[in-house]
Amino acid sequence: MSLDSRLRGNDDARIIGSSNEANMAIRVDVQKCTGCGSCAPACPFGLITVNDTASIREEACTLCGACRDACAFEAIVIEAAAPAAVSVDGYQGIWVFAEQRDGKLGSVGYELLTRGRELADTLKTELSAVCLGHNVSDVNKLIEHGADKVFFIDNDSLAVPMEDLYAAQMADLIRKHKPEIVLAGATSLGRAFIPKVAAILKTGLTADCTSLDIDMDRRLLMQTRPAFGGNLMATIICEHKRPQMATVRPRVFKRGAADSSRKGQIIKADFDKAAVTSKTKLLNFMEDLSRKVKIEDADIIVSGGRGLGKAENFKLIEELAQALGAAVGSSRPPVDDGWIPYSHQVGQTGKTVRPKLYIACGISGSVQHMAGMGTAECIVAINSDANAPIFEIASYGIVGDLFKIVPMLTEKLKSA
Amino acid sequence: MNIIVCLKQVPGTTQVKIDPQTNTLIRTGITSVLNPFDYYALEEGIRLKERYGGKVIVLSMGPPEAVTMLKEAISLGADEPVLLSDREFAGSDTLATSYTLSQAVRKIGNYDLIVCGRQTLDGDTGQVGPELAQMLGLPFVAYVSKVEEIANGTIRVQRMVDEGHETIEAALPAVITVTKEINVPRLPSFRGLVKARTAQIPVWTAADIQADKASIGRAGSATVVVKTFVPERVRRGQVLSGTAEEQVAALIVKLKETKVV
Repeated sequence: MSLDSRLRGNDDARIIGSSNEANMAIRVDVQKCTGCGSCAPACPFGLITVNDTASIREEACTLCGACRDACAFEAIVIEAAAPAAVSVDGYQGIWVFAEQRDGKLGSVGYELLTRGRELADTLKTELSAVCLGHNVSDVNKLIEHGADKVFFIDNDSLAVPMEDLYAAQMADLIRKHKPEIVLAGATSLGRAFIPKVAAILKTGLTADCTSLDIDMDRRLLMQTRPAFGGNLMATIICEHKRPQMATVRPRVFKRGAADSSRKGQIIKADFDKAAVTSKTKLLNFMEDLSRKVKIEDADIIVSGGRGLGKAENFKLIEELAQALGAAVGSSRPPVDDGWIPYSHQVGQTGKTVRPKLYIACGISGSVQHMAGMGTAECIVAINSDANAPIFEIASYGIVGDLFKIVPMLTEKLKSA
Repeated sequence: MNIIVCLKQVPGTTQVKIDPQTNTLIRTGITSVLNPFDYYALEEGIRLKERYGGKVIVLSMGPPEAVTMLKEAISLGADEPVLLSDREFAGSDTLATSYTLSQAVRKIGNYDLIVCGRQTLDGDTGQVGPELAQMLGLPFVAYVSKVEEIANGTIRVQRMVDEGHETIEAALPAVITVTKEINVPRLPSFRGLVKARTAQIPVWTAADIQADKASIGRAGSATVVVKTFVPERVRRGQVLSGTAEEQVAALIVKLKETKVV
């Protein structure tokens, strides 16, 4: 669930404090409010004015809670409208959706199993992997990465992922086995079909989580994700519905080592053909051949940004990349301007990467770009602007002219 | 062809920054804008109308201010606007939003295609498109980068996946989400601007769409935000000083020390 998608309002201005609405939500406790004004700058929508006490323009309020959290006097109260309690009893275990394509398992499943194992141990419950596909080799590896069980549906209709079909099968499995938590990668597949599963089950889903934790008192998954372009972090819970569902971007969690001594069960589940009359058909698939080196898998990435000035200057980046045996990446502006294909784009609407070394040349470091590379082990930034935000997260920064620095670096590395 | 395009008004998030000293948000005047990805959805709807005939209905769930955005959609070529606005919708997550939109779509009744942008600038979940499709029981295709043809009650599209592109055929009516690769949105026409100025925007409330109270707003939301905080940017960073030669030399030493190269 995202902060912003609660931007819903009403027709006429309200007097704060009056309430005969079942859904009434936010109010200022004038007894506690000191008029200090800390809340006003915290509101992302600019809805608070402070005179003697604070008043909130309620009709555009999204109940994000930033003002409540900024108040030192607990004077802002957001009242929970308790939804119809659905029984959460009988839901147990953590599931990880291990996606595949044409029989090959993707890396994100292993990353989620590694973190999932830790969460399952905290909750003292089982971790299972779910795999839908056809002739998937290496299903055992899911157990080596922490799964106690693997639910596996094998059918040729599932070889190439299709959202409608996958959603129906997944929802079916969940209804049968009732896991309390379901995790999936926020890949193009995950982002397309997992919301359908959540809608079928009428449960909550939080997309693009950057961390997952357990609140043991309430046995809840605490789902943290960036909001407002990454300027704010929000922690979200799904209290009254099950399963609690979350997607996580590839490479946010680190894939752990395989433990071949781990034992587990592989359970082949039935493909429910009758339940699905899929109205979408795959006619053709064209692989993206420009991706010679998959940047997601590269240990070292050299990226160029707007500071390069023109398409031809990517040559400097390519030469440095070659000297390092690295892949070439890009921020969004060069891709938008057609200097380099989209498959090289790193960032919120591009790829998430987690290399050992990320060298950003002529990249200012927008929040959206940093969302795609912020967890790299070592970040080097080369930019002529000393105030560029990228320097805030760089391990090593060089304020200088990239047209001098980059070729020099390439030269020195080649001769070293 | 009747095409419904779902639009959302979002805050201009690039104007929301963190004050490094006080660690609070600072704003240089919040403006609300049409979600950038929705321009592409609207443009595609209008192009399909121009190609196959019919009309474009623009639907949005939002605060009263959202009428400005719907007028902008009319200036670009949309035919019929609908604003869903009601206090009861406050606090909706994507599940409740999708339900509310689905009720409005049912009320609209006669449609062949629903087009959404791939995600919003602020929420970025991309969940409403697929959830809406599910609630309406319609076929769904995500990340459409090209509509090839609509014929014989089906739509044939190209769509993007992480590994490349797929060509998919879906039965109509269907829901698609589109990426910015699909088109280049147009500018408003003079005629469009005139039409927008005098356009009446119908506002539908929860009662108008016969919404079940337990499925809308906070009551209908399965998720809730419990905490918001400013992210910590922790990085033991060093800016290397000196001449270009010195900087490069120092960098190579550091990289070799940490065994990265």
